[in-house]
Amino acid sequence: MSTRTEPAWIRRALIGIALSFLALFILLPLTVVFMNALNKGIAIYLKSLSDPAALAAIRLTLLTALIAVPFNLIFGVAASWAIAKFDFRLKNLLITLIDLPLSVSPVISGLIFVLLFGAQGALGPWLRAHGIKVIFALPAIILTTIFVTFPMVARELIPVMKAFGNEEEEAAMTLGANGFQTFWRVTLPNIKWGLLYGVILCNARAMGEFGAVSVVSGHIRGQTNTLPLHIEILYNEYNFTAAFAAASLLAMLALVTLILKSIIEFKYRAELAAAGKFVIKMENHV
Amino acid sequence: MFKHKSTLPGFRISLGYTIFYLGLIVLIPLSMLFIKTSSMGLKEIWMVVSHPRTLAAYRLSFTASFIAGLVNVVFGFLIAWVLSRYSFPGKKLIDAMVDFPFALPTAVTGIALTSLYSQNGWVGQYLYQFGIQSAYNPLGITIALIFIGLPFVVRTVEPVLQELDPELEDAAASLGADRWQIFIKIFFPNLIPALITGFTLAFARAIGEYGSVIFIAGNIPGKTEIAPLLIMTKLEQFDYTGATAIAVVMLLISFALLALTNFLQWVSSKRIGMG
Repeated sequence: MSTRTEPAWIRRALIGIALSFLALFILLPLTVVFMNALNKGIAIYLKSLSDPAALAAIRLTLLTALIAVPFNLIFGVAASWAIAKFDFRLKNLLITLIDLPLSVSPVISGLIFVLLFGAQGALGPWLRAHGIKVIFALPAIILTTIFVTFPMVARELIPVMKAFGNEEEEAAMTLGANGFQTFWRVTLPNIKWGLLYGVILCNARAMGEFGAVSVVSGHIRGQTNTLPLHIEILYNEYNFTAAFAAASLLAMLALVTLILKSIIEFKYRAELAAAGKFVIKMENHV
Repeated sequence: MFKHKSTLPGFRISLGYTIFYLGLIVLIPLSMLFIKTSSMGLKEIWMVVSHPRTLAAYRLSFTASFIAGLVNVVFGFLIAWVLSRYSFPGKKLIDAMVDFPFALPTAVTGIALTSLYSQNGWVGQYLYQFGIQSAYNPLGITIALIFIGLPFVVRTVEPVLQELDPELEDAAASLGADRWQIFIKIFFPNLIPALITGFTLAFARAIGEYGSVIFIAGNIPGKTEIAPLLIMTKLEQFDYTGATAIAVVMLLISFALLALTNFLQWVSSKRIGMG
């Protein structure tokens, strides 16, 4: 072993530098959110969170995630079933297209929906004639959120479904199970951790998306402000304590997401090891 | 057109739904950008894209993203190295912490970093004493981009370090190579594809980044205005043409970077497959 590592002082120095960098760039920003949120006491903190505009923002954020995540969950299951269980031409192109939203700037993600539904947009005149409001209203907020979180369940499920192969499902079918029973009793138990993992990451991004939603929301206080937009408004009004109080909710969401993610990774590895399957590393990119 | 050998049911419906939903949510909205561009004419696009304010925004976005990417390559590599090769207390927790920039909403990142690095901030107060202005200028922008890009490099380099065959190291050591030679001759060549991929991913994310940057940036046109913010400004003035022109150029660059990353991953997977 001794030939395979560096002298102790180099090891310690490298660990020291790495940890200092992480403290400076990760621990400090996290700490400063909670310190600034609580710097005027717990009463002010709770008061700024129970403000009607804050409550409306929290409600809108929850509603958006509640609609966007199931949509992408259903898509994720369908896409991973087709991609992992079957061979077809242009599969790699399909995977690339599914991942596309992750490489589009948030602002551009919002812009494309303005071009589609906005007053001067392709469908703008038709929507106005029929009295349907999409941009600067809930439908656009939900649509852009679905767009930015589009691949997040699918890209976690595809490798997991691939890792389990087709044998178990084929055996169930041979034994007389129908397609639905096979999926429900065989596939779903196998992929449940990957599924949960994707849902958690998708949810975190759906609740935290800022740039894309900012373009389409119109910033109508109490109506089209999600929690991240509410933070921006408070901050620009120099209401720092309230801004950080709202931010602390999203920071807690991020922490809970990371904790759940670690638990799922642990459970998933343990289960795969017990089943004698290869441990594949789940995607980490959000 | 499609072939499938599996005996499992649901191929047509699952693939059909996948393509339908992909078209509806992603392809049709994205194609709007190109439809709008094609209706504009090259001269009109060039007028917007070559405007000094636009050029300054592109230059700022690319320079800051490039520098942040380089910083992340150095420190991301170091963190990946320490996490995958050394053991120390709290390692698992620190490993989980690396993903924090992915999980933290960008608006929260933005106000937290601004609070830290502005003149009265916990870090800023010391930097400003030394004449280093760490907020409301390109340095502040770079700091925000370092934060959001770090996990990309760590998470691409880490698995390569873990999978590297220890026998290579042993063989080199038994042939008399010292640690530095082993690092340069064994580790470094094997890590280059992962480092470039990590850099590209961080860079691509950084040029499009909005939320974590705008609070710390200062947002002065021509000086501290990033390209995504300029798109936002044009949209607020209902200048869809201007916004689209700037966006299309950025998007094409992002796609080129995406293609480059895929190509690099393909090259490195070939290498591993052959070795």
